[in-house]
Amino acid sequence: MSSTTEAARPSIHLSPSVTARLARRHRAERRFRRYGIVAIGLAIFFLAMLFISICSRGYTAFVQTFVQLEIVLDAEVLDLGAERDARTLGAANYQGAVKQSLRSLFPDVKKRRDRRKLNGMISTGAAYQVREMVLANPALVGTTVEVWVPADDDIDMLMKGHIDRDLPEDERRVDDDQLAWVDHLLQLGRIEKRFNTTFFTAGDSREPELAGIWGAVVGSFFALVVTLALSFPIGVAAALYLEEFAPKNRWTDLIEVNISNLAAVPSIVFGLLGLAVFLNFFGLPRSAPLVGGLILTLMTLPTIIIASRAALKSVPPSIREAALGMGASKMQMIFHHVLPLALPGMLTGTIIGMAQALGESAPLLMIGMVAFIVDIPGGPLEPATAMPVQIYLWADSPERAFVERTSAAIMVLLAFLIAMNSFAIWLRKRFERRW
Amino acid sequence: MSSLTLIIILLAFTAFAFHLGKRRSLGVATRAGGVRKLHSLPSYYGTLTALWCGVPALIVLGLWLSFETTIITWLVVAELPPELRGLPEEELGLLLNDIKNLVSGNVVASEVDATMERAAEHYRKLQGISSAALAVVAISLATAGVGNGWRMIRPGLRARNHVERAVMAFLIISSLVAIFTTIGIVLSVLFEAIRFFGHVPFTAFMFGLEWSPQTAIREDQVGSSGAFGAVPLFAGTLLISAIAMTIAAPIGLFAAVYLAEYADARVRAVAKPLLEILAGIPTVVYGFFAALTVAPVIRNAGESMGLSVSSESALAAGFVMGLMLIPFISSLSDDVINAVPQSLREGSYGLGATKSETIRQVILPAALPGIVGGLLLAISRAIGETMIVVMAAGLTARLTANPLDAVSTVTVQIVTLLVGDQEFDSPKTLAAFALGLMLFVVTLFLNVIALHVVRKYREQYD
Repeated sequence: MSSTTEAARPSIHLSPSVTARLARRHRAERRFRRYGIVAIGLAIFFLAMLFISICSRGYTAFVQTFVQLEIVLDAEVLDLGAERDARTLGAANYQGAVKQSLRSLFPDVKKRRDRRKLNGMISTGAAYQVREMVLANPALVGTTVEVWVPADDDIDMLMKGHIDRDLPEDERRVDDDQLAWVDHLLQLGRIEKRFNTTFFTAGDSREPELAGIWGAVVGSFFALVVTLALSFPIGVAAALYLEEFAPKNRWTDLIEVNISNLAAVPSIVFGLLGLAVFLNFFGLPRSAPLVGGLILTLMTLPTIIIASRAALKSVPPSIREAALGMGASKMQMIFHHVLPLALPGMLTGTIIGMAQALGESAPLLMIGMVAFIVDIPGGPLEPATAMPVQIYLWADSPERAFVERTSAAIMVLLAFLIAMNSFAIWLRKRFERRW
Repeated sequence: MSSLTLIIILLAFTAFAFHLGKRRSLGVATRAGGVRKLHSLPSYYGTLTALWCGVPALIVLGLWLSFETTIITWLVVAELPPELRGLPEEELGLLLNDIKNLVSGNVVASEVDATMERAAEHYRKLQGISSAALAVVAISLATAGVGNGWRMIRPGLRARNHVERAVMAFLIISSLVAIFTTIGIVLSVLFEAIRFFGHVPFTAFMFGLEWSPQTAIREDQVGSSGAFGAVPLFAGTLLISAIAMTIAAPIGLFAAVYLAEYADARVRAVAKPLLEILAGIPTVVYGFFAALTVAPVIRNAGESMGLSVSSESALAAGFVMGLMLIPFISSLSDDVINAVPQSLREGSYGLGATKSETIRQVILPAALPGIVGGLLLAISRAIGETMIVVMAAGLTARLTANPLDAVSTVTVQIVTLLVGDQEFDSPKTLAAFALGLMLFVVTLFLNVIALHVVRKYREQYD
């Protein structure tokens, strides 16, 4: 009897309360899983937003509006006498020549104020461009040349559609007259957008159309060279000592705690260190990539040491024992056998550290690498900025045209970072060895 | 002679010394009966000679260059007329700056008088003497090193042991750099902070409710009280960090849990590198994103709901900082979750728990110390983050808990106080170091706890 009732009674695992609870538990399971998906989705969505917002703003900076002018290099217009040496040619009135060519293009513009508005449509860099041309080839004086000169940043913004033509005149940076002149130039085919080489070859400038990233790239390069030259040997040496030689005592413990702690110290504190020690105590020059490189060295050392120790750990003991068995000294064993095998891993860590250093800006602000520097630095002791600092400077500028330049500079910086990190990944894949 | 030429000459000399030492060792070996009579390989003798030649000279060069400016300045000041020497420290500093500008041919700020001309001339002369003396000393040291090598090399000389000891010394010094850096940070920040507390009492700094670091240029200036109460800055920093953590902690943790427990290899292969990209983006880019994209979006959203939102709201800065911290938290948590032994999971499944129950009731408690450590590290990072707040948060320190208001942070103030030309001794610049000291102490405290927790936890399962 008992057996039949047991068979008839539903198993405890299938009782209504359990089934209900099971359904609830499974719903909770699915919900929990969905939270995870949403979290990753959000992170990726924000990443995409960031890239889209920067690229959509920045890509237009790679082209620049140019105006074709027919410039009469008349000796009289240029205020030139009989002499044709480099000094007089350099001091000639090219601004006047540019203005005159505009005047001949728009003969109807008579009033002084209108003329000034007309001249304002061309970048102040136009005169310098003509000057360079003449200095390179003095025979041009007396001839007429057709040149494409950069337009002013407001005209550039108009051509790129960042200034709305339908706005009322007093809310627009470009007024109705200028609009009409631009349209006239468009009809003549004398205004067009061309690839912006200035952006890649010039230093900083107050005029957006003349500003370029190259000065900052060179500054970053010098700082990174200093960083690499110091942090790689020191980092590898420290890793070798801690991993291979150091006795386990309170001193080495202290060193290890220090290293892991330095990795988490805010970067701006390193800037304060650089300001107080390198600038005020040792009297090194302000704004110099050398000082920036020294600070970045201190900041990247922990990264390099930690990566190098991991690489050393992965070299199997059999290699060491074989070398020692053949009669090598401990130093020979390490430098001839262990180090070469660990080197790819160390290099990977170093490149990742360099990429971090390239993106770092806060400590560089402290040591004066934020100055407005037009010239391309010629060495690690000359004043310079770095790429992230240049981005910060441009982001602070009020001109509308600097927004797209900032975004474009960010795109260049990110391209460098992605290239460096991909190289590190390639290096790891290429030389990774499972023992 | 410029120092760069000198360095190049010394390096060339060192290379030559290596060659010479090697040749010399082979020479003495043939006389003693063949290479096998040498204690070490010939190249070790070369290296030893090169070390003797190069190391002392380069050390002297380094020390000389580091202290040259300080000593010359000191000598020039000692030569100045007594009435100038008696000037207050700040004015003397300005005068010295002018003299240095005169020396290097830059634009000089003030009128150039005869005393300054004389001082500049003196400076120039000392510079000339110094660089000539340096060249003589360095080159004679290098020559003496080579001579020493030539004299010492004998078949019995244990060159390898000497070289290895030198390399060992280099390794030890390199590993001490970390300690020197920490000491350097503590000293540089501490000294200036102590000078600051000489101007402003410590309690007024720590507990004062008003921050307006304007100091008077004239005695009778209006509105130049110079209040250095840092509480509004601490509050602002905490507010922004709190916003960042409310964004980053849940997203980062859930992402880590999903990646470690649910995702298959294909999803992981895509999602993990994407998160790493997020981690590799420079903070200045996040700052630009916050100021130009996120802040207007938040302001427009707030205005459409009838709220007044500052264009430099704490919410925008905190939100973007949260974005920055997501990969940081997720990768640290991912590591600790993966370190939980498989046996715990299987035990839980065996008792009939679902996956999410296992995660919530077994894995997360087991990984909790590591996760807490990771969160603490993230908080320390949020507190010390500079560029995002410099670009997206406000400059005026306001004591408020409203995330839609503009607040200022410790790091923002450090940057604004120190960027730009400043006298180095005014309370205004020194205040930056006091803030830096607070920042360093707080982050150090958080880091030490976090690292301790993470370390201790790891030992449990290894």
